[in-house]
Amino acid sequence: MMLALEMYRSPAKYLAAKAVGGRIPGILTGPAAPLRLVTIDEPKAERAGWARIRPILSGICGSDLGMVTGATKLYFSAVVSMPFVPGHEVVGELLDDCEDLPKGTRVVMDSVLTCAARGVEPCEGCVSGNTNRCDRITVGHVAPGLQTGFCRDTGGGWGNVMVAHRSQLYAVPDEMSDERAVLVEPLAGAVHAALRAKVQPGQSVLVSGAGAVGLFATLALRELTQAGRITVVAKHARQRELARAFGASDVVAPDEVFRGVRRSTGAFRLKQDFSGGEFLLGGVDVAVDAVGSKASIDTVLRVTKAGGRVVLSGMPDSGADLSPVWFRELEVTGTYASAREEPNGRPAFETALDLAGRAPLDGIVGARYPLYRWREALDHAHSAGRLGTVKVAFDVRAS
Amino acid sequence: MSRPGFVLEVDDRTPPLLVHNGEGFLLERFPQGTRVVYPPEALPAVRDVDEAIQNALLNPIESEPLPELLRPGMRLTIAFDDISLPLPPMKKPDIRQRVIEAVLELAAQAGVDDVELISANALHRRLTPNELREIVGERVFRSFFPDGKLYNFDAEDRDNLTHLGQTRHGEDVEISKRAAESDLLVYVNVNLVAMDGGHKSTSIGLASYKSLKHHHNSHTMIHSRSFMDHKASKMHHSAWRMGEILTQHVKVFQIETTLNNDIFGGPLEFLQKREWEWSIKDQASMLGTKRALAAAPSKLRHKIFTDVRSNYGLTGINAGAIEPVHEKTIEAVHRQHLVEVQGQSDVAIMGVPFVGPYNVNSVMNPILAACMGLGYYFNSYRGNPVVRKDGAVILYHPVDYEFSQLHHPSYVDFFEEVLAESTDPATIEAKFEKQYAEDPWYIHLYRTSYAYHGVHPFYMWYWISHALDHCGDIVWVGANRKTVERMGFRSASTLQDALEMVSHSVGRSPSITYLHNPPHLLADVR
Repeated sequence: MMLALEMYRSPAKYLAAKAVGGRIPGILTGPAAPLRLVTIDEPKAERAGWARIRPILSGICGSDLGMVTGATKLYFSAVVSMPFVPGHEVVGELLDDCEDLPKGTRVVMDSVLTCAARGVEPCEGCVSGNTNRCDRITVGHVAPGLQTGFCRDTGGGWGNVMVAHRSQLYAVPDEMSDERAVLVEPLAGAVHAALRAKVQPGQSVLVSGAGAVGLFATLALRELTQAGRITVVAKHARQRELARAFGASDVVAPDEVFRGVRRSTGAFRLKQDFSGGEFLLGGVDVAVDAVGSKASIDTVLRVTKAGGRVVLSGMPDSGADLSPVWFRELEVTGTYASAREEPNGRPAFETALDLAGRAPLDGIVGARYPLYRWREALDHAHSAGRLGTVKVAFDVRAS
Repeated sequence: MSRPGFVLEVDDRTPPLLVHNGEGFLLERFPQGTRVVYPPEALPAVRDVDEAIQNALLNPIESEPLPELLRPGMRLTIAFDDISLPLPPMKKPDIRQRVIEAVLELAAQAGVDDVELISANALHRRLTPNELREIVGERVFRSFFPDGKLYNFDAEDRDNLTHLGQTRHGEDVEISKRAAESDLLVYVNVNLVAMDGGHKSTSIGLASYKSLKHHHNSHTMIHSRSFMDHKASKMHHSAWRMGEILTQHVKVFQIETTLNNDIFGGPLEFLQKREWEWSIKDQASMLGTKRALAAAPSKLRHKIFTDVRSNYGLTGINAGAIEPVHEKTIEAVHRQHLVEVQGQSDVAIMGVPFVGPYNVNSVMNPILAACMGLGYYFNSYRGNPVVRKDGAVILYHPVDYEFSQLHHPSYVDFFEEVLAESTDPATIEAKFEKQYAEDPWYIHLYRTSYAYHGVHPFYMWYWISHALDHCGDIVWVGANRKTVERMGFRSASTLQDALEMVSHSVGRSPSITYLHNPPHLLADVR
C-alpha cells in the first residue's frame, strides 16, 4: 500500500470549479478539487522493461493545475483513465533493476506513454522519433493515458511509488541535485518548443509568459538557437529578473507588449474600431505563447509579423481571434511534451539534462510540500508567479 | 507704471507664497531668509498695434522696407512660430495673425500671387487645422488652407527639403525647400523668452533632423549656459552659424514681436500679483479656485487649464535683418524679464506650472515636466545659474504617469525603454537616438498624425543635461515616486522633507532662492 494523491471523476466538482473557480480561486484547491489523499495499492511492474520508481521530488505542472481546476478541455477526457495519480515531472529512484539501469539509479522520466511502453507495434510518430505524437496512447497493455500521471495503471509522481518503462527513463548524473533534476521534464518541453520554433539566426522572438514554461522556453531559445532579440512578457518582478538571467534581451509587462514589440521591431501599431484592440503590421519573427490563455494567444497572434511563426507552448484556451492567422499568413505550430528525436538529432531529454546541469536554476524549485499538504501546495502553485516562485514540487519522500 | 522685478527676503511677516504645481497651485511657507525672485510686472503695451506693425514693416532695421522687397511674380513664403509659443496661448487675435495680415496686404498691393504660409514646427507635432486657424486667423486660414498654401512644415518630406551647405564647423544646413527657393522669406516670430528668435527661428524652425542634430545634442546642450543668453549658448552659436549659410541663399525679412507679462487675467489674476498685495477679491478668487480645482475631476481640471488664454500686450515689434532685429528684441525681453540676483544659493526652488512649449492642448508628461523645470526654469538665468555648482534643486509638480499617445508616442517608449537603461544624456544619445529618430512608425505619426517626432524626447532630455551636470541633488515635492525615480530623481512629501533630503549636500541651513514664476523671469545672477 502507498500514500498518493488521486484524481477521480466528479462531474459535480468539475462543473463547480468551472462555474465559480474564477471568482473564488480558493474553491479550486478546496472543496471543488477532484483530488484526494488516499492509501492505495502500489502499481505493479510485471512486464519486461517496466520497473518501480520511488519519486523523490515531483513538480506541479500547469497541466496538473488545469486538471484540478477544471480548466483542461474535455477534449482530453478520452486520453486519460480515471482514477489516476498525477505527477509527470519526476525525479525518482529505481526500486528494481530496469534493463541496463540498476536498482537505486536516480532517473527522470519522459512521461509520454508511447508504443514502446504499451507493447504495441510502433506507430508512425514513434517510428520517426516523434514519440510525443504517438497515436497508440489509448491501447496496449496499460490503460489509456497520454502520459504517466494521467494513466490509471502507472501511478504518478504524486504517489510514493510509480512504474515506468525503460524507454521513458534517463539516468541522472550523480552531481546533479534533485532540485535541478526535477526540472528536466519541463526543460525537455522547452527544448522541444525552442527547436519547433525554427528560429533563424538573428530573428526576433517574443515569449509571452514567464512562468516555468516561458522561462524555460527563453532559456532553451537562447541556448539552442541563434535568436536575435528575445522579448519576454512577464508580470511579476521575480519573473522579470529570471527572464533576463535566462537570456531575454528585454522584458515587458503584459500591458506593454504592443508598445515594446513595436519599438523593438519598428512595426506599425494599429487600433481596431470599437473594441480598442490593437495589432501590429510588422512585429516579431517568431512568437511563443507560454500561457495558453485567450489574451496571451491573441497577443502573440497580433504582434507576429506577416509570414511569421506562432508557437503554442501553453495548453491553449478557446476563443482567440484567428483573423491574424489568415490575414498575416501566420504559421501556427503546436508543441506538446518532447520527442525522442529532436531536430538537433538528440532526445530532448538529453539536451535538457545538459541544460539542467549548467543553467542558472538554483532556487527555481521555490517550495516543496509533503503530499499531505497538497491543498497548500496547489494554492501556492496557483499563485506561483505572484509569490515569486517558479516551480512548486511535492517532496514525496517527506510524505 | 509697472514695477521692476525684485528679490524678497522671507521674514516672519511674509505670508505663505504661491507655488505652481502642475494643474494647480499651493501656498507654501518658506524658511526665513529664503530669497524670492519676483518677475517684473507687465510692461505697458503698445497702444496701437496695427500702427506699430506698419511702422516696423515700412521702417525696418538694416533692410529695405517690405514693400520694396515685394514684386509681381515672386515667390513669397511666410513662416511663423508654431503653437509652442506663447505660453499660455494668446487670446484672439494672435499677434502673428495681425502681422501676417499686414504682410499679406502689402503683398497683395505689390501683386504677389505665389504666397505660401508655413508653420515652422521643425520636429514638433503638426498643428491641427483649428490650431492653425487660431494663429493666423479666420480670414487667412480660409484663403490659404483649403488650397494647401497654409501648412505645417514636414521635416521628413525628403522631396521638399533643400541642403544649403555646411557651416565652417561642418554642420549641415537643410531646410524647407519652399523657403530655400523663395525670393523672400518673411519670418513672423513671437519672442516670449530670450532664447527665442534670431537665427533660431528659420535655422531651427524650418530645419530637418539632419540639421538639428548638430546643436540639439547632449554635448551642445550641456555647454549652453544658458539657452536664455544666446551669446553664451552653444546651441545658439550653432544656429547663428547656420543662419549665416541660410542668409547667403535666401533673403530673410525677420519680424520679431515681444510680449509683456500679462499672462493671467480674470479670476486667475491673483496668480501674477504679489501675495501681500492680494485684495479681498484676490484672496477669495484664490481660495475659490484652489477648492474648485481640488474638487474637480482631473479631466475637468485639465480642461480648465487647457482653456486658459492670456491677454498679453505687445511691447515691441521689429523687422528687417535678423541679427540687428534680434538685438532690439532681446533688449525688450530683458526689460520685461530680467531681475538682478546677487550671488548663487545652495538651493533653488521652482514650481512647474501646467503648460510648457510641448504640451499645449495636451498632457504634461513626466519628461516634459522635467524639461520645464530643469530645462526652462533652471536655464532662466544670465551669467550664472541661480543655484551653485553641486547645489540642490527642489521642484513642485505631481509628475503623474500620464502620456498623450496622440502627441507623445515616442515619449512613452523613451520613458519605459530608454530611461530604464540610463538617464545619462550622452549615453542615451549614443545608444538610442538614431533608433528613435529613424523609427518608421514615429516618422509616420509625425507626418500624418499629430505626434512629436520620435527623437523629440531625447531633445527634452538634452535640455536638462546642464542641470543634471550642475546640480548635486534634484528633489520633487509631492511627485509620483515611481515616475520621478525612473528619471533618476527623488520625491519628497513636503518642502521640509525635501530640504532634509538634500541636507547632506547643502547642509542644514542652506541659502535658498525661490523663482516665483510664471510670469516669466530671467535671473541676472551676479
